[in-house]
Amino acid sequence: MKKTFTIGIGGAAGQGVATPGDIFAKIFSRRGLHLNAYNAYQSIIRGGHTFLTIRTGPEKVTNMGDRLDLLIPLNQDAMDRHLRLLATGAACIYNADTIKPGAAADGVQLCPLPVSKLADITRNKVAQNTLALGAGISMMGIGFQALEEVLAEQFKKKGDAVVAENVGIARAGYDYGVANFKPFAWPLPRRENRYAVLSGNVAMAMGGAAAGVKFYCAYPMSPSTGVLHWMAAHARKAGIMVRQVEDEIGVVNMAIGAAHAGVRSMCATSGGGFALMSEGLGMSAMMETPVVVINCQRAGPSTGVPTKTEQGDLWQMLGAAFGDYPRAIAAPLDIGDCFKIIPEMFNLVDRFQCPGLVLCDLLLSEGRLSVDAKDLDFGVVIDRGELITKTNGNNGTYKRYQITESGISPRAIPGVQGHTHTAATDEHDEDGVLISDEFTNPVKRRAMMEKRMRKVTGIEAAVPPPALQGPGDADVTLIGWGSTRGVIEEACEILTEEGISANQLQIRWLVPLHGEAILNILKGSRHTIIVENNYSGQFARYLRSETGYAANGHIRKYDGEPFMPHHIVEAVKEQLAGKTNLSVPAHEIMV
Amino acid sequence: MATVAAAPKQLVMADLKGKVDPDWCPGCGDFGVLAAVQKALVELQIPNHAVVTISGIGCSSNFPGYINTYGMHTLHGRALAVATGVKLANHELTVLVTGGDGDGFGIGGNHFIHTMRRNVDLLYIVMDNQIYGLTTGQTSPTSRVGMKTKSMPFGNIEAPVNPISMALAAGATFVARGFSGEQKHLTELIRQGVLHKGFSFLDVFSPCVTYNHDNTYQWFRPRVKKLEDDPAHDPTDWIAAMEKSLRWGDEIPIGKFFERTDVATLHGAEPVLEAGPLVDRDPRIPADVGRSFVEELM
Repeated sequence: MKKTFTIGIGGAAGQGVATPGDIFAKIFSRRGLHLNAYNAYQSIIRGGHTFLTIRTGPEKVTNMGDRLDLLIPLNQDAMDRHLRLLATGAACIYNADTIKPGAAADGVQLCPLPVSKLADITRNKVAQNTLALGAGISMMGIGFQALEEVLAEQFKKKGDAVVAENVGIARAGYDYGVANFKPFAWPLPRRENRYAVLSGNVAMAMGGAAAGVKFYCAYPMSPSTGVLHWMAAHARKAGIMVRQVEDEIGVVNMAIGAAHAGVRSMCATSGGGFALMSEGLGMSAMMETPVVVINCQRAGPSTGVPTKTEQGDLWQMLGAAFGDYPRAIAAPLDIGDCFKIIPEMFNLVDRFQCPGLVLCDLLLSEGRLSVDAKDLDFGVVIDRGELITKTNGNNGTYKRYQITESGISPRAIPGVQGHTHTAATDEHDEDGVLISDEFTNPVKRRAMMEKRMRKVTGIEAAVPPPALQGPGDADVTLIGWGSTRGVIEEACEILTEEGISANQLQIRWLVPLHGEAILNILKGSRHTIIVENNYSGQFARYLRSETGYAANGHIRKYDGEPFMPHHIVEAVKEQLAGKTNLSVPAHEIMV
Repeated sequence: MATVAAAPKQLVMADLKGKVDPDWCPGCGDFGVLAAVQKALVELQIPNHAVVTISGIGCSSNFPGYINTYGMHTLHGRALAVATGVKLANHELTVLVTGGDGDGFGIGGNHFIHTMRRNVDLLYIVMDNQIYGLTTGQTSPTSRVGMKTKSMPFGNIEAPVNPISMALAAGATFVARGFSGEQKHLTELIRQGVLHKGFSFLDVFSPCVTYNHDNTYQWFRPRVKKLEDDPAHDPTDWIAAMEKSLRWGDEIPIGKFFERTDVATLHGAEPVLEAGPLVDRDPRIPADVGRSFVEELM
């Protein structure tokens, strides 16, 4: 097994869970370590319970893992919820003035901090957090200087006095830790790498900037709002027009308007906002104006659980807007992929002049991951497809919807001389003239439908089929899509170590699906199990509808929290033992 | 041989003729609006490839197909949102938005309000016939109380909206009303609306000869009074404009109610657009800028 170290920080919203989380993340990434962070929180601004999990290690860390090594409860509630889940070798650092430990398992080190003795708590309300940071760092075998550097950056804007005060408190915690607590058995190693740490939302926003997005608009909706925040903060530097619009109907229509006028245009939302965008996607398809729409899924239906993750919108995406039309749907596999998938999608939809949908979820959107800077490449290829942006001496013979073998008609943007035409959502002929007024013209209607739908073949050829990961001849094949890649991968490793060989088929492109290729892969599988974060097995149903393939079993989770590796491992074992073909793992951590 | 730059071709009415003739009912008020728009563009000599005519859905929304400019025939109620996107991507284009009262004040009401408060630089012409025509005659947001339609056969019990007051309240910087039966006057309002830098709202009485038997040409003709004929009318006076917008009955004012030129347009207020239209930019952002975005995360 890969060696990792995991910290959990729990408290009420407003108690400052995020700041120590950010500081740990910075220290780890600057130490050359990988990390993965996930914050479980509620839809309230103050109070409630939030729990941040940061897992780090010298190799790629793809998910939150199964165990905590260090728990920092910032209040009694966090202590009560999480202490009992710690196992031998773990430690818990807490404010001894205000928090009482409960019963802990054997071999768990309790580390009480006399907070009021170590710091002036009347001056500094978050002194307990800073002390815990210091003590924790000391136990991980990290020198104080690393913490001092990050604190100096963190509080730089507030002035030297604030920096000095926080460094002083952290130092007190560090020294107290050295003197009173036993260091962890595995001191955190150092590597010569330096990683960027970012959320999926930031990755998708940056991916958009790299793809040449010049227009971004949105209506705030969790968990997609981070894309808007990055875009708005970097708009001037990146030369991107960013607008907050009155509703998601306005968003998608405004985005399509900008795209139609010739720029790359993108928007992001969550399931509810996406529902409002549905009609607009049909317009994008009918006018053949490419647009990229991101849906960061959260637990539905309706307002659902706004701060919790789910993969429950697949069929909404598949069925969005009425009528048949070409579209592409891709689900990023991890936070690094959130960056890469955006330019890929733009190149595809610019070429095929249709809507492109990116199906992300809260787990990736708001989770954070260490990514190698070279994987955040702003030099990506930009292919605008057959776009006419300058007059070419055309004397009026231009037909916007010219019938071609590929189904792609060269697209002239407004402002180009000699190419005036109307783009209509009504069915139209090659010249853009509406046919609805001709008492229907079945010949033209059929020709235009077939022209547009011919693009589906081209899209399929442009997108690679999925590939099997792991040994071809395995006891079990785990099938997942999008954000579950990392956790399934780790489950496969654990299963293999425990004597059950496992391989993985992870789907990134949902449309086009490449059903034939999938059937070819699964032909060689002994036992297939589909793992997904929803109630009804949306991908399982989709796979069956496209290929007729029915998997042997299913592992599903719809409690709002992401899978942990052991959920999958235990479910696979019970299924291979023939106990069930549908496992719904329970989430043990109450957040 | 020396080359001589060809003089720019004069734009004439024939240049603006669409690929097909309008399919509106004979006598429809929308013919008058189409003609007035074409005349105004000829007067202004704006090349037709630099104009985008954008509509939603409805009888009047078939407009873009009948005029030879760039056109977008979008979704019901959404023309203003689409038009905002077009204008922001290329603010050198002249943007005309055309539609009906159901499209603009019913299903598109939200976008109507917000596009006005943003002062997007475009001319929005509503061909207001106080009825739903393309769906064969139902009550619209501007239908009068008591009007009998297929959807309210015992008479409308809901108060109509007042588009002029709404536009004034929402911050439109040019607010006018025309009548399709007053061609010269309407053409002049369109010309001024195109020239105005900001959101220009033009509500046009455009009678539906098939489904609205209350608000006919004969009904409007004796009632409409041009604001321009009143020497005391001051279109910079917002309070007076609001007061005039409430007049309805034997005398109904048409003309320019209000105009102010001291409010920045949306594209003018956005520093990102100072370097020129987005559409002309290199899509790639400079390598050092990209690197700085990654550095922030390290």
